[in-house]
Amino acid sequence: MDRRGEVAVHPVGDHALLLEVDSGAQVAALYARLLAERARGGLGEVAEIVPAARTVLLDGLPRPTDLVGELAGWRVAGDAPPEGPLISIPTVYDGADLAVVAAHWGVSVEEAVALHSGVEYRVAFCGFAPGFGYLTGLPADRAVPRRATPRPSVPAGAVAVAGEYTGIYPRSSPGGWQLLGRTDLMLWDAEREPPALLTPGMRVRFVPASVER
Amino acid sequence: MTELAGLSVLRPGPLTTVQDLGRRGAAHQGVPRSGALDEPAHRAANRLVGNPPGAATLETTLGGITVRALGAPLLVAVTGAPAPVRVDGHPAAWGEAVRLPAGATLDVGAADAGVRGYLAVRGGIAVPPVLGSRSTDLLTGLGPAPLRAGELLPIGVPDDAAGRPAAAELVPLPAVPTELVLRLRPGPRADWFLPGSLLALARARYRVAPASNRVALRTEGPALIRARHGELASEGMVLGAIQVPPDGHPVVLLADHPVTGGYPVLGVVPEADLAAAAQARPGTPVRFVPARR
Repeated sequence: MDRRGEVAVHPVGDHALLLEVDSGAQVAALYARLLAERARGGLGEVAEIVPAARTVLLDGLPRPTDLVGELAGWRVAGDAPPEGPLISIPTVYDGADLAVVAAHWGVSVEEAVALHSGVEYRVAFCGFAPGFGYLTGLPADRAVPRRATPRPSVPAGAVAVAGEYTGIYPRSSPGGWQLLGRTDLMLWDAEREPPALLTPGMRVRFVPASVER
Repeated sequence: MTELAGLSVLRPGPLTTVQDLGRRGAAHQGVPRSGALDEPAHRAANRLVGNPPGAATLETTLGGITVRALGAPLLVAVTGAPAPVRVDGHPAAWGEAVRLPAGATLDVGAADAGVRGYLAVRGGIAVPPVLGSRSTDLLTGLGPAPLRAGELLPIGVPDDAAGRPAAAELVPLPAVPTELVLRLRPGPRADWFLPGSLLALARARYRVAPASNRVALRTEGPALIRARHGELASEGMVLGAIQVPPDGHPVVLLADHPVTGGYPVLGVVPEADLAAAAQARPGTPVRFVPARR
């Protein structure tokens, strides 16, 4: 199926539309275009624009049907996501699952660290917890399964991978992602504007840091 | 000069949270909407004491609450699940503004029917807002923690321009259902289920499951059968979405629902029907009625 960047529009209840495309890169392009469109007043009233893996949800629309005709005609590029701000995450690579992930990749622990820190990531979307970003950038063949048994408690700041995504736990919570390391950066601070350190569209690099803390 | 007014929590009840109209505009940062589950009851309580609709109230769950007025007399109102109301042991009105002298104890007993009660205080519960809302979000832990015994809650200064207590208003009893009827519109992933699943859902009888909470109304009943298997990529969720996890039992997402989810959405319940869902006790029969677009 190749719809060449065509946007499929699904109504969701009385006040929302789910826009679907074929790839994460197309989501990035679609999200950027929707933000620009909202900024110039083109979408009218909309409470939430929520990017996800293959979709963007528009929620809080007074009359969603008014937008269907226009949005269904959209096409988005899928190759070059727009340039967001770049942030470096100092990371101590000492996670409990680092060796497991390295073995899964068929490389040494040092190579696994080089591999993970050698990629530029993009915040594709947030979810699971406030400030938890799903970062894309790892090559598809580096996807790793979740842990068979989730940990009852993953510490705040844990840098972890699952599937095609990398994420950082903003606070201590249960979790099934494979832990590679940790950072001291505060991922979520309600007093900060915006509270989330990572928001959709940002670019991210993990910088190996020394073990001391 | 007015004294600083407050409420001392003597008995928090099984689960009492601070709620207002919730957080909007931060879903892309992973922040749920939250807010009062029975919004009409929350609004009515605020109207009775002359608060704007966005003032924070206390949302109780089944077992009520006991508080004491500190510092100054307070004007309070109890709505939502019908329950006995007492001031210093004497019966007081439910669904009307009630004067609470400084030092007096207000007791809201166990709900006679329904689940969620709302206690509004003139001036509003003045805990610090987080992202523009004072709501407790049980999913992510944003906002104040559920009330504990001994806690002191600040009360805001009433804004006389915002409104006068609605002394003569009759608050309708909330929709406390013996049977919960939820309208439903087709959802974005109806094609993940066998053809006719929406009709099957409408014909089947479900019950409210005990695991229901502010995140979702869970149901017990016949399992819905998927036509497509495998995992759905995570996508944005709306209030009222009927998600169907692998066990096939429909789950109706409520105010503290996650902003994205990976289970297919078969249908969507309109917001107007969710106040009744907030008041349906475990075991209540549930019927889904297809609604025209």
